[in-house]
Amino acid sequence: MNEAVIRVAGLGKSYVTAAGLFPALKGVDLSIARGEFVAIMGPSGSGKSTFMNLLGCLDTPTFGDYFLTGRNVAHMGNDELAVLRNRTIGFVFQGFNLLPRMSLEDNVALPLVYAGVAREARRAKGREMLARVGLESYAMSLPARISGGQQQRVAIARALINRPPLILADEPTGNLDSHTSEEIMALFGELNDEGITIVLVTHEADIAAHAKRQVRFFDGLIVSDVRHDRAPPARMPAPC
Amino acid sequence: MLAAMLGEAWHAMGCNRMRTALTMLGMVIGVGSVVLMMAIGQGAQYAVAQTISTMGSNLYVIIAGSTQTSGVRSGGGFGFTLRVADADAIAELDDVTYVAPVHQGTQQLVYGAKNWSSVVVGTTPEYLDARAWSVASGHSFGESDVRSATRVALIGKTVVENLFEPGEDPLGKTIRVRQTPFVVVGTLGAKGQNLDGRDQDDTIIVPLSTAQRKVFGVPFAGSVRSIIVQAASAEAMPSVEKSITALLRQRHRLRDDADNDFYIRNLAAAADSAAETTRVMSLLLGAIASVSLLVGGIGIMNIMLVSVTERTREIGIRMAIGARQKDILTQFLLEAVMISIAGCLIGLMLGIGGALLTNTITDMVIVISGGSVLVAFTVAAGVGVFFGFYPARKAAALDPIEALRYQ
Ligand SMILES: Nc1ncnc2c1ncn2[C@@H]1O[C@H](COP(=O)(O)OP(=O)(O)OP(=O)(O)O)[C@@H](O)[C@H]1O
Ligand SMILES: [Mg+2]
Repeated sequence: MNEAVIRVAGLGKSYVTAAGLFPALKGVDLSIARGEFVAIMGPSGSGKSTFMNLLGCLDTPTFGDYFLTGRNVAHMGNDELAVLRNRTIGFVFQGFNLLPRMSLEDNVALPLVYAGVAREARRAKGREMLARVGLESYAMSLPARISGGQQQRVAIARALINRPPLILADEPTGNLDSHTSEEIMALFGELNDEGITIVLVTHEADIAAHAKRQVRFFDGLIVSDVRHDRAPPARMPAPC
Repeated sequence: MLAAMLGEAWHAMGCNRMRTALTMLGMVIGVGSVVLMMAIGQGAQYAVAQTISTMGSNLYVIIAGSTQTSGVRSGGGFGFTLRVADADAIAELDDVTYVAPVHQGTQQLVYGAKNWSSVVVGTTPEYLDARAWSVASGHSFGESDVRSATRVALIGKTVVENLFEPGEDPLGKTIRVRQTPFVVVGTLGAKGQNLDGRDQDDTIIVPLSTAQRKVFGVPFAGSVRSIIVQAASAEAMPSVEKSITALLRQRHRLRDDADNDFYIRNLAAAADSAAETTRVMSLLLGAIASVSLLVGGIGIMNIMLVSVTERTREIGIRMAIGARQKDILTQFLLEAVMISIAGCLIGLMLGIGGALLTNTITDMVIVISGGSVLVAFTVAAGVGVFFGFYPARKAAALDPIEALRYQ
């Protein structure tokens, strides 16, 4: 628990808008060790998604440094970033982001195409990952044929397929009902127990309670950072 | 990886069949018309080359002109300025291989109850050598036949077909030309049409002396209407033309300020210009057809651009899970190339089919060369890459987060 998977120092992001530069992230310092389970919370517009996109190497910071598994991302080219997104990071979106015209199996195995894995091996691993999230019987279905909760599990299977050490999830339960959300969080809990570092954004306290650490954003800055051992999901009054 | 991408490109093409088919149609029409036009153009070139090869190479025809130096000229071939002795003198010049004096005209031929109008050529045996004309059966006549004006004839294929029953052997038979009986001693090899479109097989060749005395009649003994001359090589032709002109002017005792009383027609130059004309025509046909290929390519570019915009979110997702820019580039490029190659294959089949159909309907000569097929195919693949590249690069250059936000 000492090696930092993620370390950011003075990380900031300003968006170019019609009204000029808009500072969405104003210089954030944070370190996340291997095996941690972090929930990021905060009011709407506080910069959580901006932060996650930077962590996921989907966007580039305006200033500050980001070390992913010890390497400074700022100095990397497009291809290196693509390899990081492929091997090191599994990104789970609020809107699932499955490719609508591909079977679930192909969706799950798609990152393997970019990792240069042969067809047969892709199929086998795709099935294995679908089985891991309990959806092997839907392998040949299209995403539109299954429920939102199932789609999110397929998306998680896709994020896991290259066995990345880090899973990033931006409001993964945002589109799901509370029962399905609990299922998804249980899955994240299991993955974390297997040693995968998990960082997820949520608005809901009972979802955040699954994590061992809660980081709170406000107006582009981190305002609190609380660690506790994972408690059984207790009903807490929402603080904001 | 490439296999996976090919599969995906195939899949993407199948997802929007109507659009893919319409995009392909541009290529189909483009390649089809290129193949068809090249087939027609090359066919025309082939036909002309074929005709030229039957003409005999490096030929000049000297035609008798008028003796007047001013005032009204009589047309070429109507004067009596050329003489058989001129031909003999020309034969002595350097770089001249064959010389044959010629007197020809159209006459009625009669055999039994049949009659047929044909061109009678009175000449010497060297005529056949100069024209590279073979004897199909029997034999040619000799110098002695010319000297003693024997009544022997060589007849062309068309004459045989029109005067004799099928299967009947014309050798040894007697036909009449203007009441004069001629014995057929040989038949000529087939030559087909000449550059003016006249059937060269509709010809009967007889000794010059016999023709002039018995068939045409000449006001001045020893005069002849034209002389055919073959130069030893194409390079020698200009010098041969000069020496013929000098020789004839001297023999005809023309003063320095007098015009030539003969015309020299360069058949090789006529052949060259005919070949050049068809070559230009065939290039033109190809160029026009290429425009449709270009339009087809632009169609592909157009659809690929729409496709990239439509699939911006998909591109974002692919990038988020690890696609490199070159993976995205390859994906869209492959799609464009596959559409154009598929269109090309269909176009090839339609083009070849169209060419064969043209051939059966119009009797036009059609040449489908492996080269033209290869060119069409390479150009189509090139068009796919060329017009697919811009949209593909646009897709690859997308920013992952921007693409993911795109709705
Ligand atoms: N592409 C953009 N261009 C301009 N401004 C942006 C862009 N993306 C986000 N912003 C602004 O930056 C701020 C932070 O946005 P961000 O999406 O990070 O918030 P968030 O904490 O994820 O909010 P939510 O909880 O609603 O998802 C917001 O005020 C938003 O309007
Ligand atoms: Mg957000």
